[in-house]
Order: sequence, then C-alpha cells, then structure tokens
Amino acid sequence: MNTKSVMIVGVGGQGSLLASKLLGRLLLDEGYDVKVSEVHGMSQRGGSVVTYVRYGDKVYSPIVTESEADFIISFEKLEAARYSKYLKRDGVIVVNTQQIDPMPVIIGAAQYPEDVLSQLTAKGLKVEALDALSLAEQAGSSKAVNIVLMGKAAKHFDIPYDKWITAIEKTVAPKFIEMNKKAFDLGFSH
Amino acid sequence: MKELMIGNRAVAAGLYDGGLGVVSSYPGTPSTEITEFLSEYNDIHSEWAPNEKVACEVAFGASLAGARSACAMKHVGLNVAADPLFTLSYTGVNGGMVICVADDPAMHSSQNEQDSRHYAIAAKVPMLEPSDSAEAYEFAKSAFELSEKYDTPVILRMCTRIAHSQSVVETGEKTPAVLKEYVKNPAKYIMMPGNAVKRHPVVEARTQALREFAEDCIYNRVEMNSSEIGIITSGCSYLYVKEVMGDKASILKIGMPNPLPVKLIKDFAAKVKKLYVIEELDPVIETHVRSLGIDCIGKELFSALGEFSQQTVAKVFGRETVQGITADSDIPARPPMMCAGCPHRGMFYVLAKNRITVHGDIGCYTLGAVPPLNALDSTLCMGASVSGLHGFNAARREETEKKSVAVIGDSTFMHSGMTGLVNVAYNATNSTVIILDNSITGMTGHQQNPTTGYNIKGDPAAKVNLEELCRSLGINRVRVVDPYDLSACETAVKEELAADEPSVIISRRPCVLLKYVKHEAPLKVETDKCRSCKRCMGLGCPAISLKDGKAKIDNTLCVGCSVCKQLCAFDAIV
Repeated sequence: MNTKSVMIVGVGGQGSLLASKLLGRLLLDEGYDVKVSEVHGMSQRGGSVVTYVRYGDKVYSPIVTESEADFIISFEKLEAARYSKYLKRDGVIVVNTQQIDPMPVIIGAAQYPEDVLSQLTAKGLKVEALDALSLAEQAGSSKAVNIVLMGKAAKHFDIPYDKWITAIEKTVAPKFIEMNKKAFDLGFSH
Repeated sequence: MKELMIGNRAVAAGLYDGGLGVVSSYPGTPSTEITEFLSEYNDIHSEWAPNEKVACEVAFGASLAGARSACAMKHVGLNVAADPLFTLSYTGVNGGMVICVADDPAMHSSQNEQDSRHYAIAAKVPMLEPSDSAEAYEFAKSAFELSEKYDTPVILRMCTRIAHSQSVVETGEKTPAVLKEYVKNPAKYIMMPGNAVKRHPVVEARTQALREFAEDCIYNRVEMNSSEIGIITSGCSYLYVKEVMGDKASILKIGMPNPLPVKLIKDFAAKVKKLYVIEELDPVIETHVRSLGIDCIGKELFSALGEFSQQTVAKVFGRETVQGITADSDIPARPPMMCAGCPHRGMFYVLAKNRITVHGDIGCYTLGAVPPLNALDSTLCMGASVSGLHGFNAARREETEKKSVAVIGDSTFMHSGMTGLVNVAYNATNSTVIILDNSITGMTGHQQNPTTGYNIKGDPAAKVNLEELCRSLGINRVRVVDPYDLSACETAVKEELAADEPSVIISRRPCVLLKYVKHEAPLKVETDKCRSCKRCMGLGCPAISLKDGKAKIDNTLCVGCSVCKQLCAFDAIV
C-alpha cells in the first residue's frame, strides 16, 4: 500500500498528542509501518501545533508536505485553514468548529476570519465540520474533544470499530475509559 | 516486541540496553526525553545536573570509575560542555562514554541553528547519526563498544525530526552493566602539558584508525541502484531521499559523520555519473567530498537554512509537486504565549509599563518579548541576561543603571546566571537582577532543578536557598516579591533601581501548570461596569478578549490570578 498521510492540528494544550498516540498505536497493530512526528517545546505554550501520522507498507519521511495529506483532523477552525494547503485535492478535513482566538486577534492586531470553512468548501475541499466541544461535554468532559474527533475521522480509515474501542481502552487512564468510549461514539455517529 | 518510540526514547532504551550505569544531563529541547526515560530505570544512576558542562564532567568521572556513562543536551548545550569535551578526546575513557546532542534545524525551540558535527571534527571524536528510532536504538547501544574499543567518547547526534518522531523499534537483549577496574593512570588522565603533549599523537592515530573503521562499518552503507544518480546523505535527509527516489538512485548513507571515510566515497563517486550530497545545515560531508578532489552538487541546490522535506528533494529532481488550496482570508499567526495565570506576566507588565530596559534569558519568559508586552531588549544564551546587563551598565553607568534590569529563571540562574552575578558584585556595577523563580524548569516541560528541593525522580533533595546564595555571592540587597501583586512588584523594581548598590529581586510563584498549584475560581467581567478602556488587554493574557468592545474572560482558561483585577480602575473584574 502507498503511504497515507494524516495531519492532526490544533492549539497547544488541546490534547492532539493523545490523538496521534492512539492513531499510531492502532495503525501499528493493523500491521502497517508507521511514523508519527511531533514538535515539542515552544509550540506547547498556546501556539499552533501540528502532528504528522504516516502509514503504509514502508514509510520513510516522518513529515507531510504540501498537497500530501489524505486527512487533516483539526481541533480548531482557524488551524484547519492554516494547514489546508497540505491537503490533497481529494482529501478530507475533519474539523471542530470551536473558535480559539490567537493573541494577534485578542489584542486587535488581526481579524479572525469566521467564514473560513466555507471559503475552503467553496474551493472544492471536502470539509466535515462538527461541534466537538459540545459533544465532548455531552460525553462528560470538554477534554474529550480529541476522542470525539477521532470518532468522526474513524470511518475514513479501513479499521473496524472494535479495534478503535480496544485502542482507546489501551491508551487512556482506566477511570476515563467509559467517558472516552461515549465521546468516540458521539463523534462516530455524528 | 515491536513498539512505536520517539527517537529520544529509543536512545534511552539503547543506552540502557548497552549497559549504561550513570547518566547526567541538563534539559534542552529536543534532547530532554532521553534522560527523562532513563530516569524510569531504577538500577542506574540518573540526574539533572545544573548545566551541560557539569553533566559532561559527571559522565567523564563515571567513565573513569569504570561505568558506561552518558550525558544528553541540546546543540547549544554542547557549547557549554565543549570545555570538557575537547580534553576528554585526549584522556579517552575507561567505561564507554556517549555524549548525546540534539540539533534543532528550523529552530523549533532554539536561539540558533548550529551544526554539532563541527564539534566532532574539532574535538576529533567519532560521531554517530541515526535516521530513525530503530537506528537510534542500535547506534546508542553499540556506541559504548565503539567508545571502549577506540578509547574515546562518542557523540550521538540527533535532530528534532529524529528525536521527536515515533517509528518502529524492536529492542534486543540487554548488555549487563559492569564496572571495569579503575587503575590510577596519571599519564592518561592528568592533562597537564607534559602528559597532554604525549596524548595528542594518540588522538591523531585514533582518528586515522577510526577513518579506516569508517570504510567498512555498520554505520555507513551503500545502496547501489542506478549509475546515473548517486546521492551521499545522512540523518533525516536520507529519509526524504528514499521517499522521493526510492530505488531510482544509488545512495551512500552516512551514519558516522566523523570521521568520514575516503575510499568508500571515492569508490561510490566513481560508480555514478552525477553525485549529489544532501545534508541539512552546513556542508560538512560536501566539504570532505570536495577535499578528495571529487566534484559534487550540494549546497548550491540544498540550502544551509532550516529543515528539508521530501518536497525539497522532489523539487531538485524535477518531480511534480502540486500546489495546495488555501482560504482567501489572511490567517492570523498563532504564536506561543505565556499561559493564563503565568507568574511571569505581572513582573513583565510592571517592567514594560515603566519602560525599563530588560536583558532577557532562555526560558518561557523569553515570551515576554512578544506583543502586547514587548518587554525584552535582548536574549542571547543561557545566563547572558546577568552578565549582559553588567556590561551594558559598565558602558553607560548611571544612565542605564537606574532603568535596566536582567530577568532570569531559577533553573537558568543555577545553570550559568550565578557566575554573572558574582561578576556584578565583584566588578561593581549598580545592576538589578530579577530572578523569575517559578520553582521548576518550565519551557522544557517541568524538570526539577537544584532550587526546587526535588531530584529527577521526584524524591526530596538538597534545596538551594536563592536568597542566601545571592547574599553569599556579594549582593547585600536581596528581596522577594509575589508577581501576582502588581504594586509590590512596582515598588520593589523602583526601589532597587534607585538603590546605590547592586540588588536582586526574587519574583517568586510556582508555575501555574504545576500539578500541586491550586487555581482560584475564574474571574468575570461585569459588563455594565466595563468602560472599554482596554487596560486589561495590555497584559496579553489568553483568557481575556474583547467582545462587542467590552472585556470578556474565558472561564475555561482563567485561573483567578487577579492581576487583571488589580489593573481595572472601574472594579469591573470580579
């Protein structure tokens, strides 16, 4: 199989590292060669964060470049637009409609383009938007945004439902398993 | 068992399985996790040293005692450890010794983009460079044997993409940690001129022997395919080359960038029509290839700046690249910033408000430089705030002494700020140093340090008393303020700047992200009282924004630090 590329993007502190850990483990268990690349440090302090997940028979580069991503899973609206150029023409962006203002917007030096997702759709990109924050709160914790998004993205991967659930059980702390399973289901059925 | 591991975890596993006994490091992105993972093993000694020089010397001592030892640091940390490194090359080792260094091309989290391979060349020690986690494991593990066989420290070079990328690793058997016999040997281990002069020829002979080893070793390999294109490459560049070229080009993969082979390169070059050298940062391999009288294509097509990617390689070899789709609107940048409730914010607000010249240092508080605070004037390297301020004041005296300060974190002060403070006292400038004591090494992800009272394992440890330390170093005026109290900060800064002798202000409050720190209830804005003066916006707190012209506090981010409340002239924040 040719290498597939996934980007998980968001704002530092939103839990995107857990999402990439879950996905990486799952793909490895499915027998793929897997690479996951993340950058630590400055980017954790509320900055824009991006994680690359690549899988296939043999993966060399750990990073994703322009027009190469099959999927982008975005934890925030603006971040989806920041990285849209990495998406293949026939790729899919799964995006949480949450809006988190960056500092230039907070201090009035820049505008938050609120219609940014429709701009992308108008140009022919396939955008699957959902209010993952509300769904996560419905599941029991605003912190489960990452699992809701994984649930929504899951149908794009050739991996059975049960395997996702097993991976969640293996990845999250025992006391949060039920809540995260609920969050996954809410995203999955959305 | 097959596992996904980041490169740094693979290095830790490799060092441990290679028989490591002692590791000493100073945290620095992207090297930190090596030592964090090693600290999870209870049958070795692991520690955070106050700086990289100490760490490297601890590893030397452990090696002398017969243990296999290691230290880990980021690229700029090796500058600090360069002093022991250069003479360690002369003494050689007893137990094997590995110096792990992580470069940061593209400067994801660094102040420069230096290429550590120059150190291996200059210090005349072998360097290994893995391309993925599996190699990181194998190279780290086998480095001890190389070190002992050739009686030399070995540098293991990582870069951000290898250090922080997960790939599949299958770990092997652990070599038991053994202590080799320690035999006193002054001619080898006391590097005074009479002895060192006899060691230098040993170093030269060793480099020659290692160069011969490089001709046929597990680290360098040829993948012979087409004779049209030959590519010499290493590290993550190898991955990008393979991704694009697959088996359409012949590749000489260099896993040991110092010393570089001669015959292997000549033979490879002779078999291909066109030779490329693809390496990130400086033309180290390229310069060597050219020195052999071999023509090649290198830095004229592959930049010395930043990171490469598969696209960098694809463009050069004429592979089609497709332009991606972007939104029409400008996408505002999302720079990193100080967290809501960050204890540094209050002090920076006071400094910015009073238009004070601020010499900065390395840590989260470098973020005081960004809008809206714009509080910093300089940031150079670890510790330079204190010594830089002294020099600034030595040049301009009273003109700047009354309105300039240095800001430095607790860990950075331990690292190399205190020597600068000794200089302030000893060589007498009327300088004011602010220690931003958040009781942890913050930016690298919360490592303990000598001021926190805990060691790397979280066990209680000797705790440096910063007030007593500063007094001992010759500073009479030492005071502590709470950075959540703006008026106390302002009073302290004004009084210490006005004083006719050097002083230290310790701005003390633990990092708001520490688990033991209890958060207060979030504050809120009483909209009818808010007069839209935007004074609170000047703090650059991510929890405060404007909605319909009035301030609004995000209750999921606010930790109730009350700094904004102190600023509000209309009691609108409650």
